[in-house]
Amino acid sequence: MAGTLAEKVWEAHVVRRAEGEPDLLYIDLHLLHEVTSPQAFDGLRLEGRTVRRTDLTLATEDHNVPTTPGPITDLISLTQVETLRRNCAEFGVPLYPMGDVEQGIVHVVGPQLGLTQPGMTIVCGDSHTSTHGAFGALAFGIGTSEVEHVLATQTLPLKPFRTMAVNVRGALPDGVTAKDVVLAVIAKIGTGGGQGYVLEYRGDAIESLSMEARMTVCNMSIEAGARAGMIAPDDTTFDYLKGRDRAPVGADWDAAVEAWRQLRSDDDAVFDAEVDLDATTLSPFVTWGTNPGQGLPLSASVPDPDRIVDETERADTERALAYMGLEPGTPLREIPVDTVFVGSCTNGRIEDLRAAADVLRGRRVAEGVRMLVVPGSARVRVQAEAEGLHSVFEAAGAEWRLPGCSMCLAMNPDKLAAGERSASTSNRNFEGRQGPGGRTHLVSPLVAAATAVRGTLSSPADLDKD
Amino acid sequence: MDAFTTHTGIGVPLRRSNVDTDQIIPAVYLKRVTRDGFEDGLFAAWRTDESFVLNNPRYAAGSVLVAGPDFGTGSSREHAVWALMNYGFRAVLSSRFADIFRGNSGKQGLLTAQVAQDDIELIWKYLEQEPGAQVTVDLAARTVTAGDIVAPFSVDDYTRWRLMEGLDDIGLTLRHDDLIAQFEADRPAYLPVTS
Repeated sequence: MAGTLAEKVWEAHVVRRAEGEPDLLYIDLHLLHEVTSPQAFDGLRLEGRTVRRTDLTLATEDHNVPTTPGPITDLISLTQVETLRRNCAEFGVPLYPMGDVEQGIVHVVGPQLGLTQPGMTIVCGDSHTSTHGAFGALAFGIGTSEVEHVLATQTLPLKPFRTMAVNVRGALPDGVTAKDVVLAVIAKIGTGGGQGYVLEYRGDAIESLSMEARMTVCNMSIEAGARAGMIAPDDTTFDYLKGRDRAPVGADWDAAVEAWRQLRSDDDAVFDAEVDLDATTLSPFVTWGTNPGQGLPLSASVPDPDRIVDETERADTERALAYMGLEPGTPLREIPVDTVFVGSCTNGRIEDLRAAADVLRGRRVAEGVRMLVVPGSARVRVQAEAEGLHSVFEAAGAEWRLPGCSMCLAMNPDKLAAGERSASTSNRNFEGRQGPGGRTHLVSPLVAAATAVRGTLSSPADLDKD
Repeated sequence: MDAFTTHTGIGVPLRRSNVDTDQIIPAVYLKRVTRDGFEDGLFAAWRTDESFVLNNPRYAAGSVLVAGPDFGTGSSREHAVWALMNYGFRAVLSSRFADIFRGNSGKQGLLTAQVAQDDIELIWKYLEQEPGAQVTVDLAARTVTAGDIVAPFSVDDYTRWRLMEGLDDIGLTLRHDDLIAQFEADRPAYLPVTS
């Protein structure tokens, strides 16, 4: 029977199938961080259970870590990180702690090590695990009880997901990036539109993307409510993987590539839903509201609730505008920001930093604007410094930081103050996400950098006009 | 996990859609390493607003939350479920739940009952007219009762069975240890390891 990519990966991992019960699925890689794991280890301890496959489990410290030099000063953050260290030592789980050259955001670390490979099942107690789907892996976020379940059994009982094809066809115009594509997808299908689905991104616009750009797209699948996002592996994928630390070598590499080439949806496969997007019509996209579906092209204006017929949507819009402190009809380009954040598991990879640096080279961050550039991992930081990107950021007046989740979520010292407004390359513009009362506009690294220079939401094309 | 068959408690009308888990419990409250004590973080930002429903003493002891569509979106944090349960909630009613939140709830014994939005509207009106009124959620019959309103709800059979039996997932899976070992023996050699 013809199958989709997601169905093929699923079928290859079924340990047990029984009528009326969820499938028991084998998990190839389990990633851990300090926030969602302590209670899971505690559960194991209470039941006298062990970690079944420490060799398929990897932990890193990311959410709580400060991005300035020095130890963690917040005592509760420190407890959480120390608890992870103690748990990993007790149960024999490999850990990359702060200061280690392999440390970084969990979804940056897996791919750069070559641990994330096509056809695998990958889970983490973190909704942005969907990132790894860029390699054709079935990767999804789980809760802490499920973390405990995977630690104990290396499996999860799951009901099959539905499949949705997201076809993005045509060539992306200059200055339009993966971030703009995925924000446009979310605005089109809504924050609940992907609920219960694995999204498979397809079409020539997707095929033309680099691995890093594909990770940005898959990363934000969860913001459309989807369990996972996937892209069929191709030569771009194999070229990225070849030679990485944990990628197969020799005969194993050949066997792997042969298997990976089978990982694509059959021509006659039927998806439960399909969505089409014309890449040629896309432009830089920004959010104006308090969920990632509330986005518009940068050339648009803040929406007017009075023009919205649907009562719930109108109330949502009014609420979002009140929180964001925005007036209907204001051109998005005229919205001033206090802070620009480049980083996170969405846009904290080397290509993202290169893109931001290219815009900033020879320019200055606007007066009164604070810009943070936070590499997604220690390796990204090392690479960026080898390329001299840090000098570009510092010369422009931006702050060059140590790796971590940083301002994506207000769990470490990097936060917005109440009423402050940011242009952020992260993934969530929820109320208070970047700090209580903080206001977030989600943008691409190119828009972030141009916004830092002009002080209002802008694209690099606006700089050329100045 | 305690078995869940039927629950009656004060209904709390939460007239909001897209209640993401950052609203249910902001990240700053996620730093504990235990499963209890999260009630102070529940809806922390909204509770600073005097008009927020849980600040009304008539609703404060609520245990059945009646919410708008797309409840529990965003972050996978199970702390959202712990916060709701630590506060005293045993059931949430909504026309649509985010997948991860619903999964997490099922593991902890918090019932996520999917109720048609039209019925949610009726229950909201009833609870607003009669603050402190009780709502009964009957998992065996799959109905929710509030005053004269009797509405059906959906919940998948497997989750319902596990909730009603109070079963531990890990214990169930470990019964199939032999199948897991057999699967492991057949995994391709090229797959990576972390250590």
